[in-house]
Amino acid sequence: MHNKSKLITFLIAGVLLLVLPLFAQSFGNGPVRIIDLALLYVLLALGLNIVVGYAGLLDLGYVAFYAVGAYLFALLNSPHLAENFEHIAAAFPNGLHLPLLLAIALAALLAGLFGVLLGAPTLKLRGDYLAIVTLGFGEIIRVFLNNMEYPLNITNGPRGIGQIDGVHFLGFQFSQNHTFFGIEVNSVSMYYYLFLALVIASVVICYRLENSRIGRAWMAIREDEIAAKAMGINTRNMKLLAFGMGATFGGVAGSMFGAFQGFVSPESFSLQESVMIVAMVVLGGIGHIPGVILGALLLAALPEVLRYVAGPLQEMTDGRLDAAILRQLLIALAMIVIMLMRPRGLWPSPEHGKSRPLPPGAQPPANAGSAINA
Amino acid sequence: MEILFQQIINGLVLGSMYALVALGYTMVYGIINLINFAHGEVLMAGALVSWTVVTALAGLGLPGWLLMIIALACAIVVCTLLNFAIEKIAYRPLRNAPRLAPLITAMGMSLLLQTLAMIIWKPNPKPFPQLLPTDPIQIGGAVITVTQVLILVTTVVILGGLLFLVNHTKMGRAMRATAENPRVAALMGVKPDAVISLTFIIGAALAAVAGLMWAANYGTVQHSMGFMPGLKAFTAAVLGGIGNLAGAMVGGVLLGLIEAIGAGYLGDLTGGVLGSHYADIFAFIALILVLTLRPSGLLGERVADRA
Repeated sequence: MHNKSKLITFLIAGVLLLVLPLFAQSFGNGPVRIIDLALLYVLLALGLNIVVGYAGLLDLGYVAFYAVGAYLFALLNSPHLAENFEHIAAAFPNGLHLPLLLAIALAALLAGLFGVLLGAPTLKLRGDYLAIVTLGFGEIIRVFLNNMEYPLNITNGPRGIGQIDGVHFLGFQFSQNHTFFGIEVNSVSMYYYLFLALVIASVVICYRLENSRIGRAWMAIREDEIAAKAMGINTRNMKLLAFGMGATFGGVAGSMFGAFQGFVSPESFSLQESVMIVAMVVLGGIGHIPGVILGALLLAALPEVLRYVAGPLQEMTDGRLDAAILRQLLIALAMIVIMLMRPRGLWPSPEHGKSRPLPPGAQPPANAGSAINA
Repeated sequence: MEILFQQIINGLVLGSMYALVALGYTMVYGIINLINFAHGEVLMAGALVSWTVVTALAGLGLPGWLLMIIALACAIVVCTLLNFAIEKIAYRPLRNAPRLAPLITAMGMSLLLQTLAMIIWKPNPKPFPQLLPTDPIQIGGAVITVTQVLILVTTVVILGGLLFLVNHTKMGRAMRATAENPRVAALMGVKPDAVISLTFIIGAALAAVAGLMWAANYGTVQHSMGFMPGLKAFTAAVLGGIGNLAGAMVGGVLLGLIEAIGAGYLGDLTGGVLGSHYADIFAFIALILVLTLRPSGLLGERVADRA
């Protein structure tokens, strides 16, 4: 009985998710773009959740992996390299146009490699030391992206790389409009389906990871690293794996971002973005997949919607409150207010609840009185 | 040689400002184990408030040094109130919450303060007037301005005063006791909440001083100006061993020197391949190197592993 109702809920949700862009695109491309970007943030938040939520390693430079994926895709799918390096132009006269699966695989691989590279020197660090080092790593990547135009023009500096090809898959262009069964699906909605597929795949991967030997090892490390070690967990490898896995998600999201926008520049990968992603994970409910998705959708989409009401407000306040400022104000207030009201996130994972009410008549655990383990 | 000497002076000036901000981070961290991400924004508030005061009083024809003192006083008052309120609103209710919760409110506060500053003062950069004589002083081939001399002297005096306060007064003993163990300190008659508020107030006053110094030295103020100094100062605090006052000072000065000297020589050393644009990453590379070799910072105690 219970399973049946669950199935029905899933089906309804599935149908709603499928028709959502078709409905939204009737209002133009704007709303669909917002949903698309929100899905990318979900992907990022799920990835960061592996590092912060499961393994308990606070990573404040997560956007670096996003940048790595985006720039990889941009370099391989735009004329930029061919314009600047003669032998590349000679080797690939038609340019490299990577098929989707290869692009995703490469971005995942490279970002994963960067993840392990970052993880290796920081294994001994804990807590806040780790946070500041990862933050520094994110800044280092950004500074390099900003400046690697001389002596070799690799990243085109602050001007960024444009003219990036859209995604194509089995000869199928995502950056064009298509008609299926008489329904017109435009390019942003095509991307919606692609991102949705990636998000669903990631959710499945995350659920499987969470309940696997690896996931339990990560959580053991999060709760008590020494005890985990004593239980025979190879904490070094497990932490590296967490960094690598988390980075992989970031890389894939980045490559999709590059394809979707058609343009990447260092501006998109500032520290603020890392902070946003951490905030999504923590606000939603750290380590809990539905919560993380909720947090990402909330922080990514809601402030965008408010842009539409910002016009009159801007006139009222003499231009001081424009849409961008209002959005920033709202995100900041959300971060503070939600944390104050619900310190464990909007939708925290249930099994983590230490304040679960005891069944009537049950004895409290023996150590309930001693709170000195803070 | 003159270039080196000049860069050392620049590095010391930059480093003293980092040190003042780093002290705020490190004191807060030492007592409640929280990275107060909004601390850089306190510096920004200090700079913008002094800018407002200075431009408002510019017509009165007061001498520059007097204007500066008035501006400083106003900045200190505003910043201490601000930091006191931040702690009360955003951190105190979360004292027993999961560890990441106050960190997120701190980041939110930082974003909120920047946004508010953007609304109040508009986003454009504003020139900070020169209040002190601008004639450079020559020392052994290098030049230093009066403002820079003042920055160095003020920093040394403040650092001395702070060390005295923390190590030789009753108030300082209460602070150290709370940092060590708030529960036991409370049993000994210390009020941890009062001590924590006091820590935020002292940190804010130092940041206000640093904010005015920053504005006077670089001649421009903006809502986003607190971000990088805040980040670097936190890096300095970690570099020296977070929670350790002397560590924050050493870390700050060291970081300033590394940046100034690095930026001055990087272009020459690499034949122009890597320019001074890369100055910003020196701080972080130095940080990663130091922490890899000494995970608890230069002067940090090696605490036993505790989960």
